[in-house]
Amino acid sequence: MEDGYYAWMIVATALVLMMTTPALAFFYGGMTRTKSTLNMMMMSFTAMGAVGIAFVLWGWSIGWGADGVGNGNGKLIASPANTFGLLHVSSSNFIFVLFQLTFAVITVALISGSIADRVKLSSWIIFSVLWVTFVYVVIAHNVWGGGWFYSHFPNLDYAGGTVVHINAGVAGGVLALVMGRRVGWPKNPGKPHNVTLTMLGAGLLWFGWYGFNVGSIVFNPGGSGNPWDSVGSCKGDTTCQFITQFTHETGVTFMNTTVATMAAMLAWLLVERILRGKATSLGAASGVVAGLVAITPSCGSVNTLGALAVGAIAGGVCAVAIGLKYKIGLDDSLDVVGVHLTGGIIGALLIGFFGTVKSPQGIDGLFPSGGGGLFYGGNATLLWHQFLGVVFTIVWCGVVTLILGMLIKYTIGWRVTSDAEVEGIDVNEHGESAYDWGTSVPSGGVASPVLSSSFAHRTEVQA
Amino acid sequence: MKLVTAIIKPFKLEDVKSALEAYGVAGLTVSEVQGYGRQKGHTEVYRGAEYKVDFVPKIRVEVVVDDSDADGVVGVVVKAASTGQIGDGKVWVTPVEAIVRVRTGEKGSDAL
Repeated sequence: MEDGYYAWMIVATALVLMMTTPALAFFYGGMTRTKSTLNMMMMSFTAMGAVGIAFVLWGWSIGWGADGVGNGNGKLIASPANTFGLLHVSSSNFIFVLFQLTFAVITVALISGSIADRVKLSSWIIFSVLWVTFVYVVIAHNVWGGGWFYSHFPNLDYAGGTVVHINAGVAGGVLALVMGRRVGWPKNPGKPHNVTLTMLGAGLLWFGWYGFNVGSIVFNPGGSGNPWDSVGSCKGDTTCQFITQFTHETGVTFMNTTVATMAAMLAWLLVERILRGKATSLGAASGVVAGLVAITPSCGSVNTLGALAVGAIAGGVCAVAIGLKYKIGLDDSLDVVGVHLTGGIIGALLIGFFGTVKSPQGIDGLFPSGGGGLFYGGNATLLWHQFLGVVFTIVWCGVVTLILGMLIKYTIGWRVTSDAEVEGIDVNEHGESAYDWGTSVPSGGVASPVLSSSFAHRTEVQA
Repeated sequence: MKLVTAIIKPFKLEDVKSALEAYGVAGLTVSEVQGYGRQKGHTEVYRGAEYKVDFVPKIRVEVVVDDSDADGVVGVVVKAASTGQIGDGKVWVTPVEAIVRVRTGEKGSDAL
């Protein structure tokens, strides 16, 4: 049984890795303009490199700080020295470190959507490392890892609605505020250059999200008193308990992740059709992500009908929320606030309404009030704790991101020159362009001989 | 000789090509172009933000013919390209001073 779980975690980790590279890179890359596609994709790829290494060196130690799945020390952080470089972590636990690593990476990569088309690559990489250190692992420790916050206000976040999505949404909004709008925005908001790429990315995100949500199962200690005795007929048999929890819980989280996403996509399209006259492809892709975001915290605590409601509400509300940036004048370029912050809050709070004690987290006994959500016979304690989890994440992330954002703004600076931004960040920051439109006259053919003297010489000889 | 230039809707290219073939035109040149006439552009919406697209994709068909064939070719193109809707395009005729076939050096009508 544990062999099956271990094999699943290897697959789940690889699935979540795929969500950043290439799924999110495609999703975001298609939404930017032709001239900044590669830079957008590079923000995801470089986050993978920088955040991943920081996580292995000190991220795991600060957030989890133990040789195992967590560290319930009741404090704001654990020591970065505990397991620096994973020196005291058994390699049989590496897969759990790696699973968490992929979450840290995608959270940082998600932020990049707010600040598309205008950021120096070096500033982005430095920010990635600082932010994962001072925000991500701290929030993860406090919401998931048994840190100070969780020990006072246990709230439910199955796979990262607060830790990943609210966190990324707040950080994206704050950074967009710190560094300002793109040249020409909002008069020219930047038409998505390739919605096909975005739909490919959204589909891959959906696929990878099964690793994200279904892989986030945490087992109870086996033996007597295991809550899953009441579901199966295990009578204290540890292996039986593991199988019972594994099969039931993965079934629920997989189902909820699926139906919520379906409902969110259709709800987004319906709202769009009513408000703006057309149901769009970009709306479908966005609805898929909004639904996935909202079901992320709640997939282990609601039933199938609850998941449909969570998805439908998230899809409908996010379809409206993405318009707000024009009203407040915030160039959150690819709607990280509108989709991830909004969807994350909806998913976290709706647990307080749709949470049921018959769900996996209910069976685990994790509902703080002992009862379910308001619609399932519970009192408001659960909703209150969910609300506090949202507030804690918004405040910590908002304040620390603002400090980090200002620090970079007034030292190395965030932005490329406005000339470079207008001409295209791909050419100016990377020396590349995403698409070579030339057919009979390839643009590369003219320039390549002058790239280096030795190469030019060889070309001449061949000619 | 005359150069017949037609701006047509992209999905009408097959009809125009077949009609010209049937009429006996030996060759033509096609390019993808953008522009607008009386129908102007259209509006696209992405996540609630409207974008005005001024230039609509069109196909430009160019055929060089003998003076005597010009009117006939224009008639064939107009018939084949017409949908009756706004934005069907235009056809115009311009005089051509000289023409040479690159492979053989033939000139004038022989080069057509």
